[in-house]
Amino acid sequence: MRRIEEVDHLRTTELRLHALFLQGRDGDDLAYRRFLTSTATHLRAFLRRRLSRWPDEVEDLVQEALLAIHNQRLSYDTAVPLTAWVYTIARYKLIDWLRRHARRDSLHDALDEVDEGEHALFSSAEAEAGDARRDLAKMLGLLPDKQRDAIVHTKLDGLSTREAAALLQMSESAVKVSVHRGMKTLATILRGSP
Amino acid sequence: MKTDDLITMLSSGPDVALAARPARATALPLLGALIASALLMLAILGVRPDLGLALTWPAFWLKLVFSLALAGAGGLAVKRLGAPGAGTRFLPLLIAGPVLALWAVAAVALWLAAPEWRSDLFWGKTWRYCPLLIAVLSLPLLVAALHILRGHAPTRLRLAGAAAGFAAGATAAVVYCLHCPEMSPVFVGSWYVLGMLIPTALGALLGPRALAW
Repeated sequence: MRRIEEVDHLRTTELRLHALFLQGRDGDDLAYRRFLTSTATHLRAFLRRRLSRWPDEVEDLVQEALLAIHNQRLSYDTAVPLTAWVYTIARYKLIDWLRRHARRDSLHDALDEVDEGEHALFSSAEAEAGDARRDLAKMLGLLPDKQRDAIVHTKLDGLSTREAAALLQMSESAVKVSVHRGMKTLATILRGSP
Repeated sequence: MKTDDLITMLSSGPDVALAARPARATALPLLGALIASALLMLAILGVRPDLGLALTWPAFWLKLVFSLALAGAGGLAVKRLGAPGAGTRFLPLLIAGPVLALWAVAAVALWLAAPEWRSDLFWGKTWRYCPLLIAVLSLPLLVAALHILRGHAPTRLRLAGAAAGFAAGATAAVVYCLHCPEMSPVFVGSWYVLGMLIPTALGALLGPRALAW
């Protein structure tokens, strides 16, 4: 019985997130925001269980996974359930973190339950965010000027691409490319930071 | 940094909307590597002088179709392993299929051959350098395959690297077919396969470092 409920729950989550994800991909900011917020709650609960020995790291890794999801959206193959795609990325980021930070035995501890697949990720949610130790401004400061300026203007100050292009004396497509590259660089910085 | 702030940043700006991946992102590196591999073959080996005649022999086509089938299977493996959550369970079967089919043909060829000819069918005249040459021709293709994979999101890095190497090796075997003087399916089923396995191992070795994200 419980299994059936879980499957139902997963299917509902799948439909909802999938719709939001596609709307986001078509340029709907609000839908995309709801997708990320909802995904973050699942990531948080999932990672909190598996990183019980490193509670301070959970929020950092939630953010790293969110940024990875954002940057890898092109790799989503619409024939696959979106929940499976998100789960696979979250698991990859978890393993990657453990490989770099933990000893081998604890890697097995943390991954004991993962056989449940995407059920393990989407069966629980945790809205209350812990503190991430990273500072966004500091992270952005590490980016090359062009990438940082493009991100700050279009993503933080709320300028349109055209306005940012005029301000930075770049073409609109150069702004877009800089934003895109900057987000990739940011992911590398996030992954490399302790 | 609050996660909410990160989400706000992610969900605003010009990169919320996402255009489909342009086909050239895959096609250009692939084409470039294929040309490099073919030029390498022409420069160090040259096309077999009787290629026109060989085109009329079933043994030549068997070799070519075998390599093409594995190149296709390898390419699909790369594609699947670069898409998180995509099904991969059928891939071993897809790769084993052409190999087993060729081995069956090879077994029949060995069985039909006079005993004193059997070792020739296996060793041919070029077994010493055939696998190595296929491996050399596969290098530009391996670089391209890893580059293409880096644009995707492989999560099993060693396996994805191996798939890239295998696809490169099988594609290099297609190129090598145009030079290779051997016609025996027994030869192809052993030394060609060995030649494909060298870049496969190399890809598996490089994967975890080259593909991490």
